[in-house]
Amino acid sequence: MLLEYAAIAAFIFVTILVGFIAIILGMLFGPKKSTDVKAMPYESGMNPIGPGTRRMPVRFYLIAVLFILFDIETVFLLPWAIVFRKLGVFGLVEMAVFIAILLVGYIYAWKKGALEWD
Amino acid sequence: MSIPLSWYLILAAALFAIGLFGVLSRRNAIAILLGVELMLNAVNINLAAFWRYLDPAQMAGQAFAVIVFAVAAAEVAVGLALIISVYRRRKTVVADEIDLMKW
Amino acid sequence: MTAEQILFLLTGALILGSALMVVATRKLLHAALWLVAALFGVAILYAILQASFLAVVQVVVYIGAIAILFIFAVMLTRREMRDQGQQTRTNWWIAALLGLLILAGLVFLILAVPGADRLPAALPEGLDTVRALGNALVSPEAYVLPFEVASVLLLAALVGAVYIASVGKKD
Repeated sequence: MLLEYAAIAAFIFVTILVGFIAIILGMLFGPKKSTDVKAMPYESGMNPIGPGTRRMPVRFYLIAVLFILFDIETVFLLPWAIVFRKLGVFGLVEMAVFIAILLVGYIYAWKKGALEWD
Repeated sequence: MSIPLSWYLILAAALFAIGLFGVLSRRNAIAILLGVELMLNAVNINLAAFWRYLDPAQMAGQAFAVIVFAVAAAEVAVGLALIISVYRRRKTVVADEIDLMKW
Repeated sequence: MTAEQILFLLTGALILGSALMVVATRKLLHAALWLVAALFGVAILYAILQASFLAVVQVVVYIGAIAILFIFAVMLTRREMRDQGQQTRTNWWIAALLGLLILAGLVFLILAVPGADRLPAALPEGLDTVRALGNALVSPEAYVLPFEVASVLLLAALVGAVYIASVGKKD
C-alpha cells in the first residue's frame, strides 16, 4: 500500500539529487571571477528598474484569491465527478446549486473588475 | 500497519501547541495567520487519523477534513486581504498597532 | 521498529522541526517557506494513513495555493518590519508556557483515554476512498448540508476578499 508511493518518493529524491549535483559541479569546476556585470540580476543585459524588494501591486493578490477559491471548488468537484453516473439527477441538482452559489461570487468579481489587469 | 493511534494524536497535539505559541507570541499579523494554519493542520491530522483507526467505511473524518480545507482557504483569503488593506491605510502589519477599534 | 514506524517518526520530526522554524525564524518570507515544508510533512502523514485524496489536496490546495497566497501577502507588505525590529512580543514566555501547558494536558488526556493505543481498523474489501467520499458528500443521509454550506462560505470569502482588497485600488 505504501509501496504505491515509492515512485513519488524516488522522483522527489532524484530531483533533489540532480539539483545538488548541478550546484556542486558548478562550485567545483566553475571559474570564480566576479565582476559588476555578473552580479546584476539579469546577466543577459536587461537593466533592473528600481529595487528588487519593492512592493508588488495588489492585483497579484486578487488573482491569487480567485485562484484559491476556485481551486477549492475543484476539490469538491472531483469526488462528485467520480460517482456522478451513479448519483443521477439528484447529484446533478446538488452540484448545480453548489456551482450556482459560487457563480454569484464569480459575477461579483467580474463586475468589480478583479479579472482585468488594468 | 503498526503505528498506534496515540502517536498521531500526540504529534497533532504538539503541532497545535506550536501553532498556538506562534499565534500568541508573534507581533506581525501575517505570522499570526501562519500559526493559525499550523493549528488547522493539527486538527486535520486528527480527523484523518480517527477516520483510519475507528471506521474507514464511515467517511466522516475525510469529509470534514475537506470542509476544513475550504475553511482554511476562506480564512486565509479574507484574513490576508484585511492585513493588506490595513497596511495600505496605516502602513503597519504589527497586530498591536492596529488598535483603531480598541477602546 | 518497523519501517512504517521509522517513516512516521522521520515525518513527525520534519513537521515539528519546520513548525518550530515557522514560529521562530525572524524573516517572514522564510517562515512562509518553512510552512511549505511542514505542510508537505502532513501530506506524507495522509499518505501513511492511506487517505490518498487528502494527500493530493494537501499538496494542491495547501502548498499550491494557500502557501503561495502567504508569500504574496509578505511581498505586498514587505517594507514593514524587514529583518530589523522585534519579531516577538516581550511577554512571549507566557505564550510558550501556555503552549507547553496545553501540550502536557493533551498528552495526559490522550494517554489516559482507553483505546488510544489501538491499531488501525481493517480497510473494507475493495473500498475506493475517493468514490466513498463523493458518495458521502452528496448523499442526503450523510454530509450534503456541510457541502452546500461550504459553497456559501466560499462565496462569502470570495466577495469579502475581492471587496476588501480592491477598495481604493490605486497603487
